[in-house]
Amino acid sequence: MALQELLQLEKHASFGLKSVDDVELSEEIEELNSEKLTQLPITPFTMNKNVQLRDSNTGRHIHINMEKGTTTLAFKYQGGVVIAVDSRATGGDFIFSGSVKKIIEINKYLLGTMAGGAADCSYWHRSLTVRCRMYELRNKERISVAAASKLLANILYNYKGMGLSMGTMIIGWDKRGPGLYYVDDSGSRYSGDLFSAGSGSPFAFGVVDTHWKYDMTDEEAYELGRRAVYQATYRDAASGGIVRVYGMKPTGWVKISEQDCKVLHYKYADEKMV
Amino acid sequence: MFKEMQSLANAQMTDASPHKVAGFYPYADNGGTLAAIAGDGFVVIGGDTRLTTGYQIYSREASKLTKLTDKTIIGSCGCWCDSLTFTKGLHIRLQYYLYENNKPISTNATAQLVSNMLYQKRFFPYYVSTIVAGLDADNQGAVYSYDPVGSTERHRYRAQGTAGSLIQPFLDCVLGRGNQTAPEPEKLTKEQAMIYLKDAFMSAAEREIGCGDFLQIMIVTPQGVEEERFKLRKD
Repeated sequence: MALQELLQLEKHASFGLKSVDDVELSEEIEELNSEKLTQLPITPFTMNKNVQLRDSNTGRHIHINMEKGTTTLAFKYQGGVVIAVDSRATGGDFIFSGSVKKIIEINKYLLGTMAGGAADCSYWHRSLTVRCRMYELRNKERISVAAASKLLANILYNYKGMGLSMGTMIIGWDKRGPGLYYVDDSGSRYSGDLFSAGSGSPFAFGVVDTHWKYDMTDEEAYELGRRAVYQATYRDAASGGIVRVYGMKPTGWVKISEQDCKVLHYKYADEKMV
Repeated sequence: MFKEMQSLANAQMTDASPHKVAGFYPYADNGGTLAAIAGDGFVVIGGDTRLTTGYQIYSREASKLTKLTDKTIIGSCGCWCDSLTFTKGLHIRLQYYLYENNKPISTNATAQLVSNMLYQKRFFPYYVSTIVAGLDADNQGAVYSYDPVGSTERHRYRAQGTAGSLIQPFLDCVLGRGNQTAPEPEKLTKEQAMIYLKDAFMSAAEREIGCGDFLQIMIVTPQGVEEERFKLRKD
């Protein structure tokens, strides 16, 4: 411990007995170590969304706000994968934030998207980041997208039915080329060419399904992703804020644009006028 | 045994049991409001000192702000017992950090720690709204806000708690200036931030029963933490 070093004491200066700090304190501290990142204490009762919580004194309903309402989108094309998301977080009808980063940068070659509970997504993606880095250090090569998404799917399967809320895409580039997987709180995991998650996804799907072509150029693909999420922010009240577009290339991910959907709205309105 | 406990607890919580059993209501809403504004070289955080249950006022002197280091303050409100337990646990973790690393924890490390600690209780959450305010490594003001299970984001300004939905739009108007065409105001000073904070709480106390009595403000600058008290409505 730092204090012992500072005082230049021997490690076990207390008559050969192991110091109390070594035993009790270190056990406590380990609680939050990365090793135990996936072991959350559970309760003997379920605290999921079906349980009605009330104030113990007044009997009023208590809402533990889980942030929901989103549009996230990712699709493959000849040049790689495009990822586009909005940035709104809501709790009930209140906009908690208009600047959430729903694309999570796991490492240079891996991205995750966030839909559902904000805390669930950011915590488990963070834990995935640790695991991917550990894999890299142990195996001297990058983890594949398939393996990374499976790590996450296995964790979510373990917590199935306990009220986690996540619909996430894992996007990356590995030996097999571009990778795109959808993983959700039921523990399912699918590989595919096009996924969209969140309340605005029907609108985004409509745009992409209409205009998608495998042979699109990079610029066309980025614009399609941006346009799809913009349309979702326009029709879905629970989506909005900033439209962020990322691309996945053989050299890793690239940030393409981050624009307020207000700016996009007037840009597209002007184009319609011409 | 585990299964039995689970079904018993669920029956109590959903009121589906045919027998009359005492309910399991582990939470209370004790109100409270927090707001913080960050600037260049300073951050101010304010919290009212009223503690309530429903229409009843338990205390007019309950401080919701806790000084963690010379550069970091935490504000916590919601279920009072959860606030106390959480900040107590955080204090212990910060002491460990100090002894292990021989230096006080930074604001951004505190922010991540708070998020992880809140998420540790994901399946039986602390019912709290939290703001961490402090100076970052470059002595820039930083405000981090949290939901009860630890979702966090860094902001320039933030309001939370009972009157959070009243104060946040005001701060959005004077500081965020989204969708406004008027020219940008001059750089925010500490004095101006204090005026905004007091205005916000004064106005919130006019319309929100859970907000009032006193506004406790902590001002963090590279020189240290100052504290100020400001009177609010007592009715």
